Amino acid sequence: MEQTITIDNQTIPFQMGQTIMDASMTAGIYIPHLCHNPEFEPQGSCRICIVKVDGRLMSSCTTKATAGQKIENNTSELQEYRRCLTQMLFVEGNHVCPGCEKSGNCQLQAVAYYTEMLSPRFQHFYPYRDLDASHPDVIIDFNRCILCELCVRASRDVDQKNIFAISGRGIKAHLIINSPTGKLGDTNLNINDKAVQVCPVGAIMKRKQGYINPIGERFYDQAPIDEMGDIAEPHAGAKHHD
Amino acid sequence: MDVIELETILAEEQHHPHYLLQMLRRVQEKENYISPSTMAFFAEKLNLPLTKVQGVVSFYSLLNTTPRDYHILFSDNIIEHLQGKEQLMQLLMSKLGIEQGKVRADQRVCVENTSCIGMSDQGISALVNGLTITNLNEQRISEMVDLIEKKVPLSQWSPAWFKVKNNIQRKDQLLNTNFVAGSVLQYVQTQTTDQIMETLKIAAIRGCGGAGFRLDSKWDFCRKTPANERFVVCNADEGEPGTFKDRVLLQNYADLVFEGMTVCAKVIDAKQGFLYLRGEYRYLLDDLEKTLAKRREQQLLGKAILGDSNFNFDIKIFMGAGAYVCGAETALIESLHGNRGVPRKRPPPFPVNVGYSGKPTVVNNVETFSLAVKALMMGGENFAKLGTEQSHGTKLLSISGDCEKAGIYEFPYGVSVREVLEACGTDFSTVQMVQNSGPAGNSLAPEDFERKFAFEDVNTTGSIMIFNKNRDILEVVQNFANFFVHESCGFCTPCRVGTSIIKNLVTKVRKGRGSNVDLKEMQDLSILIRNAAHCGLGMTATNHISDTLKKFPQLYRARLHNSESLHPTFDLDGALEDARQITHRQDANAHL
Repeated sequence: MEQTITIDNQTIPFQMGQTIMDASMTAGIYIPHLCHNPEFEPQGSCRICIVKVDGRLMSSCTTKATAGQKIENNTSELQEYRRCLTQMLFVEGNHVCPGCEKSGNCQLQAVAYYTEMLSPRFQHFYPYRDLDASHPDVIIDFNRCILCELCVRASRDVDQKNIFAISGRGIKAHLIINSPTGKLGDTNLNINDKAVQVCPVGAIMKRKQGYINPIGERFYDQAPIDEMGDIAEPHAGAKHHD
Repeated sequence: MDVIELETILAEEQHHPHYLLQMLRRVQEKENYISPSTMAFFAEKLNLPLTKVQGVVSFYSLLNTTPRDYHILFSDNIIEHLQGKEQLMQLLMSKLGIEQGKVRADQRVCVENTSCIGMSDQGISALVNGLTITNLNEQRISEMVDLIEKKVPLSQWSPAWFKVKNNIQRKDQLLNTNFVAGSVLQYVQTQTTDQIMETLKIAAIRGCGGAGFRLDSKWDFCRKTPANERFVVCNADEGEPGTFKDRVLLQNYADLVFEGMTVCAKVIDAKQGFLYLRGEYRYLLDDLEKTLAKRREQQLLGKAILGDSNFNFDIKIFMGAGAYVCGAETALIESLHGNRGVPRKRPPPFPVNVGYSGKPTVVNNVETFSLAVKALMMGGENFAKLGTEQSHGTKLLSISGDCEKAGIYEFPYGVSVREVLEACGTDFSTVQMVQNSGPAGNSLAPEDFERKFAFEDVNTTGSIMIFNKNRDILEVVQNFANFFVHESCGFCTPCRVGTSIIKNLVTKVRKGRGSNVDLKEMQDLSILIRNAAHCGLGMTATNHISDTLKKFPQLYRARLHNSESLHPTFDLDGALEDARQITHRQDANAHL
């Protein structure tokens, strides 16, 4: 017999071992997320994908689906939590959408629209963060890093280069680069590496491509994120149309 | 540090990546810092990415990356704070001519804050090059400056400074134990595992680390999980500000703890155990190693325990290096692997199924292991006679703050807050607040004083901090908020960012710039962080905020600038003060 879970009154099937996020993605139900990418081991750190499972808040990307779960996803309470978490990410770093070449292709920005974020709400932290332009093909703007660790996972698990890691603790946690100088230019990073393709925000960017698509014709200019899905893997996680 | 010394450390730690943190800690102990070349050395020898080593070094607050001869960390718990720690620290820094957290130009010394070092009953205390110095006062500070300027090695400092008193004020069932090392092991050798489990089941000991999970269930789950190897871990990462009971148990009752671990090993069939000792308790290490060595001599540890060739078990002491989060079971296991102490995904699987090295592992608190031994000495029924229906036996309370006698008090579960206050010589009519279980616990107001310490009422990890009516509760709240900013591991968004936002809001209100909007924001954020955080640290990091907002609303309201509308954090007119000073202007046009 097919096993099912219920998300916002919609009953969907799942395979043994699948997470709630996996089952939703298969069924075409959008659950907002930033640190999750179905190609990698989920870690549940951004917490944007929290859902209410039988009354308890859980990150859907790390919680296994079990038969009969009643899950709340698109509710005003959860939207408010997600908006608040998005606002936290905005004030933690330095995110200046109008001046960012990732604008329109950025998942953080798209989730902010989706959760109807209208203000930063909190006082900005304005951290001092560097920009690493030492690599000929790839640039890193640490101001925009949201610590999703997708590049860490991609470089470790797919590229097998271990170029990225997290250092520091708490609010001082930050991305570091594996080279004697700590600079990207001194690594063996290649522009075609998986790690370069997975950044959901404007932290890791390919050079000379910023304005190939003009504003207005970019990925999330076409439709909101619940229809477009992830930028790294277009339409992954997007809702299905009947 | 030269390569030969590094090679020695590497060899003594068995070239094992799991012992990376141990290697780094030993370098830190010897040199007071870990150089880039040391990190590169371990990365190369252990075949790890350099960033892995850097990530570990940066995670643990007792490890430094720049040289200094003396590294002084003041314990920054609210208790020391209220005793004048800040003034002493300022005095020390001004005499040394340094700013907080900055190494002096001659690389002689650096002075910083650290989270509670487990000495709340010992006056103002600090770690100097990793060793505990208690009862600091102006005279000791002056003498310390002298010693530092003359570069006198720590081994020649007055031994009296390093004295840590036990301060046991009340003994009961556990602390009155007249225990002969090995006696319980001899007894369990006459019992089947099921018989031992039966005694423990009747005793119904609940874990003393906070969650209160039944010890017998934990051991049972572990022994019944199929595996070729299992592990015993004793959690001595006692980091809850205001608690120091494990320190006293390890200082005076270490055999009881090790015997408990060994009984557990017999029950679950483990060959290897670890005592995860918090880095702040470095001063206990040598004596603990001696106790272990003695137990090996007595055939109570090692190969063929009590001559039984089927009973082989040894214990390695694993030192932490300054990370409160490692008190959380899965973060502790990560740390045991030599990793950053980031808690694992919420279980399942539980450590009893997938723990150290992916094998079933029992992780129990220091006190919990001692209680297991006690229960086996007394028998389950006798053990359970004291206490309440759901909380059997006794609990060690670490009491500090505004009381006559700070120290360790052992009480049967079910004792009321008032009775505890009376026992430590406090007139409870003068008490404003009792903080139970540290900043992550709950804030008790006078209306709570008839409540009882037990799992069914006020659950306690044993940290009891008392604040009288002269204390500024918002100063306490600020200290707690700062603590969580310092101790958040940084993995998940709500805890990493939210604790800083909370801290800033508390500061704003304390400075008289807050409004009702800010109080509502603090309340809303507390709920969000509790609900959305990845682990127990985040889920409890705002308890003190919601509790004090609820129980002491008048204290917050009294500090508000304008109780209705939004008020900016930024003082625009205040920002012009520098310009006014420079231009010597105080006319109307120089003000907003």
